[in-house]
Amino acid sequence: MSTLLQRQLLFVTGKGGVGKTTTAAALADLAARAGKRVLVCEMDAKGALAASFEVATLGFEPREVRPKLFAMAMNTEDSLREYLRVVARIPLVGRIGPLARTFDFVADAAPGVKEILAIGKICFEVRERHYDLVVVDAEASGHIVAQIDAPRAIRELVQVGPVRDQTEWMLGILGDAARTGLVVVTTPEEMPITETVELVEKVRGTTEVDVAAVVVNRVLPRWFEGREAAVFDRLAAPAAQEVLERAVGSKVTTVFDAARLAEARRSVVETHLERLRADVPAEVPVVQVPELFTKASGSRVVTLVADELAQVLP
Amino acid sequence: MARATGHSITDLLAAKEMVVVCGSGGTGKTTIAAALGAQAAAVLGGRVLVLTVDPARRLASALGLGAFGNAAVQVPPAAFADAGVECRGELWVAMLDTKAGWDELIRRQAPDAKLRDQVLANPLYQNITGRFVNSHDYIAMEQLYDLHASGRYDLVIIDTPPSRNALDLLDAPGRMKEFFGSRLLKWLTVPYRSRLFTMASKPFYQVADRVLGSRFLQDIAEFFILFQTMEAGFVARAAQVERLLTDDRTTFVVVSTLEAAPAREARYLADELHRRRMPLGALVLNRTLPTAIRQPAVGKAAAGLRTVADDPAVLRDLGKAAAAKPAELRHVLAEVADRFRDLVVVAGREAERRSELASAAPLTAVVPTLAADVHDLPALLAIGRHLLGNGSR
Repeated sequence: MSTLLQRQLLFVTGKGGVGKTTTAAALADLAARAGKRVLVCEMDAKGALAASFEVATLGFEPREVRPKLFAMAMNTEDSLREYLRVVARIPLVGRIGPLARTFDFVADAAPGVKEILAIGKICFEVRERHYDLVVVDAEASGHIVAQIDAPRAIRELVQVGPVRDQTEWMLGILGDAARTGLVVVTTPEEMPITETVELVEKVRGTTEVDVAAVVVNRVLPRWFEGREAAVFDRLAAPAAQEVLERAVGSKVTTVFDAARLAEARRSVVETHLERLRADVPAEVPVVQVPELFTKASGSRVVTLVADELAQVLP
Repeated sequence: MARATGHSITDLLAAKEMVVVCGSGGTGKTTIAAALGAQAAAVLGGRVLVLTVDPARRLASALGLGAFGNAAVQVPPAAFADAGVECRGELWVAMLDTKAGWDELIRRQAPDAKLRDQVLANPLYQNITGRFVNSHDYIAMEQLYDLHASGRYDLVIIDTPPSRNALDLLDAPGRMKEFFGSRLLKWLTVPYRSRLFTMASKPFYQVADRVLGSRFLQDIAEFFILFQTMEAGFVARAAQVERLLTDDRTTFVVVSTLEAAPAREARYLADELHRRRMPLGALVLNRTLPTAIRQPAVGKAAAGLRTVADDPAVLRDLGKAAAAKPAELRHVLAEVADRFRDLVVVAGREAERRSELASAAPLTAVVPTLAADVHDLPALLAIGRHLLGNGSR
């Protein structure tokens, strides 16, 4: 099995629209297939993870969506409630609503509070070994550093108090590359690749979290190898088109135009992939998942992506 | 009642003064905003400004945008001439700088210099402005308001920030107002000021103290007290900005690709705009495959190619016409035919999304997927021609 999945905590991030949630779900699925007990948690509560597994909703209470695979959605209020009960030992039965809403506002305002509640819940699950692996469908690349770096930010900002004390053990988990890793998902397009390169640099430079892999999603297939591109060009020229038109019995220009467009897109993809490989440090594995030409959606796509990942994961 | 918007995106841009371009991330919002601006300047004339958030570097440098700063720069008319286009108006571009935008706002709203400096120097200021009311969104709307009010431009097109939720943008001014009116702000600031705990704040403080520590809470409270002095100005301003979004000189353009998630988001956004009485002018479907791919005759032609790939007589004739070996020809033809089927699957999915979105907006414009990335003015103008040329009801 992939060494990536031997870790206990994987954060999955990426620019919006690159397939972050599907990749997180697929990684979790792969680990569960290998017999691990897995939790996958959606951090931004947009409901994309529920859609990936085709369940109506996901809540704070994990729910088994596939054998040995549990899914949940992060919720600051529930996390606060659990924290108060388990850690601060403040019993709160009901009536947390108004308090939590108020707290929500403070948490919005106070740097890192919301993040620490979310990351705290995740680290708690890891520390207690409730699962073999926790996969986090984390914030998008623009917000991920604030999220994974929250314990450190809090430690620097808050001089004393119980919150600060909590940060130490979390940092122990987050900073241990044998246990925790960040997976950056991208597509082979200009902006996502640029953001990926910048993010990898930033995470490696400013946080203690290990960048475990970059997953390039939706890579278009190569149509022609070597000399074949030249053969294609000659086939698209009038002399050959005439022969083909006669043999097929109709014009084939639309088919050739589509092929030319696809091949041109593919060569753009190629340059972006080369740039990614050149600009990301060699020790960070970069793997590719091909574009899936399927009409499937939801749960089936998770399975298909997991199948592809199984072949390429480090 | 909104002014008539006509039948095309050209009419829409001619009738409106502010265009808010929104949609999910990765759909090409920035490119579409820039293309609308370039084409509007070229065809409609006047002074057009595109306020962009995070342009791809090559596009930014092609437009002459530096890395930082709110200052607008004009795209040289010579660049249009080089692209073979006569530009009737002026195209200006600027980049949104959230930090500078906030500082500007504080400078304007602070009652005196001392307070202004206190806020700007507060260690929590940066962090808090970065979080508490989706500040990117708010600043973007602020700038739109300012730019429009400045009277310097005939048309302002704003490319919106990549929100976690596109609605944040629409709600940002309202949330700013709400924040100042919130009981929380009062709870937070009262006890510090009077050193007395009101009844209302008691349970909150007890718990918050144990969770956060009182020192931390005090830091936060101190900041909010400073901030509260600017309440009246902020609230009035947020209300003005909010009104601008429903003004009939404003229109929204939603950008989407024909993939499932962005299309779902576009539909949702269109519905929400409608619900908030914010005028959705057009939907732009970006990076679409040619619809001809789905024509049955074309599918038949592709199947025919697959068959002739195994026909030695055809390969012999082709060998002469294309100067290639039969094995190579067979492989290339088979590849073209097989891969074409993949494209048909994608085009089929796109057609479905397209019909789902058909009635989402009064106008729908389709921009085809291009062979190369867009990072210069000629490419933007080419997209602009698609946008202004083929908008249809």
